[in-house]
Amino acid sequence: MSSDAIICRCEDVLLSDIRRLLDSGLTTFDEVKKFSRCGMGPCQGRTCRSLVLAEIARHRGIRVQDLEPGRFRPPGKSIPISAFLEGGEEQ
Amino acid sequence: MTRADVIIVGGGIMGCSIAYHLARRGMRRVVVLERSHIASGATGRCGAGVRMQWGTKPNCLVMKESIRILEGLEQELSYPHGIGFKQKGYLFLAHSKAQLIQFQKNVQLQNSLGIPSEIVSPKDMKRIAPLLDTTGVVGGSYCSKDGHCDPFHTTRAYALAATRLGATLLQYTELQSVTKSAEGTFKLTTSAGEIEAPVLVNAAGAWSGYVASMLGVNLPVYSERHQILVTEQVERVLDPMIISLHEGLYCQQTPDGSFIMGLGDPNEPKGLDQGHSWQFLFAVSKKISRLLPDITGVRILRQWSGLYNMSPDRQAVLGAVDDVPGLYVACGFSGHGFMMAPAVSESMADIILGNTPRVAIDVYGLDRFKNGNLFYEPAVV
Repeated sequence: MSSDAIICRCEDVLLSDIRRLLDSGLTTFDEVKKFSRCGMGPCQGRTCRSLVLAEIARHRGIRVQDLEPGRFRPPGKSIPISAFLEGGEEQ
Repeated sequence: MTRADVIIVGGGIMGCSIAYHLARRGMRRVVVLERSHIASGATGRCGAGVRMQWGTKPNCLVMKESIRILEGLEQELSYPHGIGFKQKGYLFLAHSKAQLIQFQKNVQLQNSLGIPSEIVSPKDMKRIAPLLDTTGVVGGSYCSKDGHCDPFHTTRAYALAATRLGATLLQYTELQSVTKSAEGTFKLTTSAGEIEAPVLVNAAGAWSGYVASMLGVNLPVYSERHQILVTEQVERVLDPMIISLHEGLYCQQTPDGSFIMGLGDPNEPKGLDQGHSWQFLFAVSKKISRLLPDITGVRILRQWSGLYNMSPDRQAVLGAVDDVPGLYVACGFSGHGFMMAPAVSESMADIILGNTPRVAIDVYGLDRFKNGNLFYEPAVV
């Protein structure tokens, strides 16, 4: 894959950005996410997570299935604030 | 057994910045122990706000210095990515006369210390934040030099600068036990082996009470959960951080366009629970729809929580632990540790090395809990 391939379309993160972070010592998906914003956009990592995990596995010389997949934050699919204005428990 | 000159427990903003200042002052073998990765605790989970508007003099002075440091920190730490420091202001809303009187006292104190804050009318507030619904708001206070800073990159900037100066950062390394030898050396057993040093700094945030208890020290702190969310990125429409102490709500639009908002909820669990609840999404949505009704179409992307390490007067606990020579603590920040780190870490390093710090932090010492010199901070969400 070309090093200027886009890994995270939501946050414009390139493969070369991921590789630079891994070269600097990052070892997990959660670290890559926090320091590159990869996976923080509207799709919440649906495209990039498996690509980044494959790159981490290659970099560390271990199998993808032996990596921590990284945290999934709710609500999972984006929801407008307005959807929460009715119902729920009154505060 | 590895030997170090100082071991810092905790790789959040506080541990990494103290390591940087110790290394910069010539300490050779500085080790930071972090159970996960840097900024994985409260630092990386916080609301990313930095402000000088405080209600007690020590906090005002610490934060005035912190913001001065942040203005030049990218250069000082040679961090080309940048730390996301933007000064778009903080706007505190008063919903009652009594609250406005408290803000007037705060602003008077802040101004006397050279902090450029001001009392603003609802009309001024509409000019500063046109989307704000000022219904029920009688006034507020505003400081244009307060703002935003990226917790991940600020911590990484300190960590990388510290390691360039020779410090060692041990990530994914868990502290398992500590003892103090007869010669006065701390011996630590970690998941990566044993390590010893004559000086130990407890910067373990929510876990600082637990780390202290390993040495038989009882710190007067506890941890509690606070929830927060972030939305999708939209066009920039809101400059300042909005804080309503009445609603217990804070909200800012970060430089990348997403809104971050959180609540101070007295019913949140005490302890080390970093989970989250669906009730939070309803509660924060209802509150924000009253203050910023035009942003309710914006989509929520993620929710999470972080742990405030609380002290009895909601003020940090800093300095030497008198009963255990060589032991230092920097904890109990009660939700504002990230923003205080730039100034506090420098003072902590100076105290550890026996220098006189530029910003005095002795009022934050542990002895205040013995002699009753608590000083309660009124301006906290």
